[in-house]
Amino acid sequence: MEPLLKLNQLKTIFSTEKGMVTAVDDVSFEVYAGEMVGLVGESGCGKSVTSESILQLLNEKTTNYEGEILYKGMNLLSLSEEQMREIRGNEISMIFQDPMSSLNPVYTIGNQIAEAIMIHQKVGKKEANLRAIEMLRLTGIPSPEKRVHEYPHELSGGMRQRVMIALALSCKPQLLIADEPTTALDVTIQSQILELIQELREELDMGVILITHDLGVVAEVCTRVIVMYLGQIIEEADVKTLFKSPLHPYTKGLLKSIPHLDGDRTQKLNVIKGVVPSLQDVPSGCRFAPRCDFATEQCRENPPELLELVNGQKVRCWNYEHILREAKDHAVTTSENK
Amino acid sequence: MKAYIIQRLLSLIPVMFVVAVVVFFIIHLTPGDPAAVILGPDASVEEVNHLREEMGLNLPIHEQFWNWITKVVQGDLGWSIYMDKPVLQAFLENLAPTLSLALMAQIIAILISIPAGIIAATKRGTLTDQTFMIVSLLGISVPNFLLALLLVLVFAINFALLPVAGFQPLSNGILPHLQYLILPAFALGAIQAALIARVTRSSMLDVLHANYIKTARSKGVKKKVVIFKHALKNAFIPILTVIGQTFGQLIAGAVVIETVFNIPGIGQLIINAIMRRDFEVIQGTILLIAFSYVIINLIVDLLYGFFDPRVRLSAKN
Repeated sequence: MEPLLKLNQLKTIFSTEKGMVTAVDDVSFEVYAGEMVGLVGESGCGKSVTSESILQLLNEKTTNYEGEILYKGMNLLSLSEEQMREIRGNEISMIFQDPMSSLNPVYTIGNQIAEAIMIHQKVGKKEANLRAIEMLRLTGIPSPEKRVHEYPHELSGGMRQRVMIALALSCKPQLLIADEPTTALDVTIQSQILELIQELREELDMGVILITHDLGVVAEVCTRVIVMYLGQIIEEADVKTLFKSPLHPYTKGLLKSIPHLDGDRTQKLNVIKGVVPSLQDVPSGCRFAPRCDFATEQCRENPPELLELVNGQKVRCWNYEHILREAKDHAVTTSENK
Repeated sequence: MKAYIIQRLLSLIPVMFVVAVVVFFIIHLTPGDPAAVILGPDASVEEVNHLREEMGLNLPIHEQFWNWITKVVQGDLGWSIYMDKPVLQAFLENLAPTLSLALMAQIIAILISIPAGIIAATKRGTLTDQTFMIVSLLGISVPNFLLALLLVLVFAINFALLPVAGFQPLSNGILPHLQYLILPAFALGAIQAALIARVTRSSMLDVLHANYIKTARSKGVKKKVVIFKHALKNAFIPILTVIGQTFGQLIAGAVVIETVFNIPGIGQLIINAIMRRDFEVIQGTILLIAFSYVIINLIVDLLYGFFDPRVRLSAKN
C-alpha cells in the first residue's frame, strides 16, 4: 500500500538574526490512510514545525525547506502557492493547540466554517451554511442551527475545539494534523475530543498525525509513535512495542516520567536530567548524549544514524543493543527476586 | 444599547461643566479688557468704565460666571459684542468651512495611512516598510503650518496648479470647493496620516501573528483575503481609536491651517475673538468644540461594537 503522506529527509531551516537554525533535521516518516500516528516530544523538539512544514504555513521569507513531502506521491514542496491552497483545508487539514485563540473572534463560527466550504467545494453561501450546520452536528455540538450564528467567545473551550474540528473536517480531508488538540482542555473534555477524532477518522478513513507531549494520550489512540528530540526522529515503533520495549534512553526516560496510580508513592518520579539544548548549539555527536546516562565517548563524538530493526522499530542510538540486553537482565533479576 | 447611550450622554454634563469653568477663568484671568478694545485707544477712562458696567465686567468674577453659565444651561451661548450677533449663529456660519476641511483632511489621512500601514506590516523589515515608516516619522515631526507653506510654494506658486489661499463654499460647485480645500486638507491631514499609519502597522503586526490567522491560512484562504478579511477587522479597534482621537487634533490644527490659508472657519472665529477680547464668543465656541469632541468619541465607542462582537455583548449587559 502506498503511504498517504511520506516525508523524505525533510529539513526545515529558519534564517534568524543569529544565523541559520535547522528546526527539523532529516525527518522521514510515513502516514497511511486510516491510521493515527503519534508525534511525541518535549516542547521545542520540532514536532509543530514539522506539521506546519507539511502545509507550508511558516513564514516563507525566513523558512527554507529541503527534502520531499510526498502527498499521494506528489511533492508538496514543488507546488506553487496557489496549488498549495487547494491542498490546505481540502486534502490536508489542521487543528491547533489553543481553541481559544485559533478561531477568529470577529466572525461567527458558521461564517468561519462556511468560508472553507465555499473555497473548496465551490458552493454558494446558503449551501455552505447548511453544510456548516451539518459539520457542527457531526462534532456533537447541540442545536447547531443556533450555534452557527454565535461568536467564538460565546462558546466554552471544549465547544470551540469541536468547532475547530468541524472546521478542519468540513471538506472531508484525507489527512488531519492535530497539533496538541487536547492540551488546553480539561481532562474530561480531552477524552471526549480524542474519541471524536477517533470516530471521525474511522468514518472518513483519514490518516491522522496526532502531535502531543502526552504519552498517555498516544497509548490510548495511536497505532504508531514517532519520538522526536531536538529536530530529529530518535525512535519510531508501533505503540505496543514502544511502550513495552523502548530502545532509546530518551524514550525510556519519557515513559518513566509518567506517574502510575499503582506505583510506589514514596518513590520520586523519574526526571530526565538537564535541559534541551538550544537549536543554535546542537551537540556534535548524539544530540541526547549530554543528558544520557549511557553516553560513551562514541556518543559524544559521532552522531548516530536512525537504524531500522527487524521488527520495524527504528532507533537513533549507538548503544541500543547494550541497553536492550541490560533491560532484559534487569527484567530477569527482578522476576527472580519475586 | 439605549441605556448605554443615555448613560454616556449624561456623563457629558460634568465634562462640559469642567470645560466651561476652565475656559471661563482662563479668559477672564488673562489681562486684556474687552471694553478698552472695543472703544479703541482714544477712549477716555469714564467711557471705558461705563461700557464695563454695561457689559457686567465690573461684577465679581464668580457672579459673572454664574450669569454666563445660567444662560448657557438655557441654551443661550451669549452675544458677540464685536459682530453684534448671537454666538451660536456666528459659530454655525463658520462651521461649514471647518467641517469640510476637517472631514477632507481625515479622509485623505485615512486613504493614505491605512493602506500604507497594511503594506508596511505585510512587508515588515523590507525597504518598503522602512521607507513608509521614515516618511511617517517625517509626517509626525514636520509642523503642519510649515508643511502648508511648503505645499503652497510647490503646488500653488511653482506649478500654479492650485489656488494659494482662500475658500469657496460648496454652494459654488464641488470642483472649486475641492480645489481650494485640497492643499489645506493635505497639510492638516499629514500628521493624522502618519499617526494612523503607525498604529495600523503595529496593530496589523500583532494580529498577523495570531493563531486564527494560521487557522485561516490552513483552510486554504487566499493571502489577500487573510489580510483584509481576517486580519484587518481585528486590527481595526486601535485604528478606530486613533482616528477618533485625531479628529480632535484636527479641529485644533484647523485653527492654524485656517489662518495660513485664510479660510473663514471656526479657527479664524476663535483667533479673531481672542484678539478682540470677545469673551462670550471664545467661551461659547470652545464649549461647542469640546461638545463635538465628546460626541465624536461616543460615536467611535459605538462603532467598536460594529468591529468587535465582544464589545457588542458587554454593551448589551
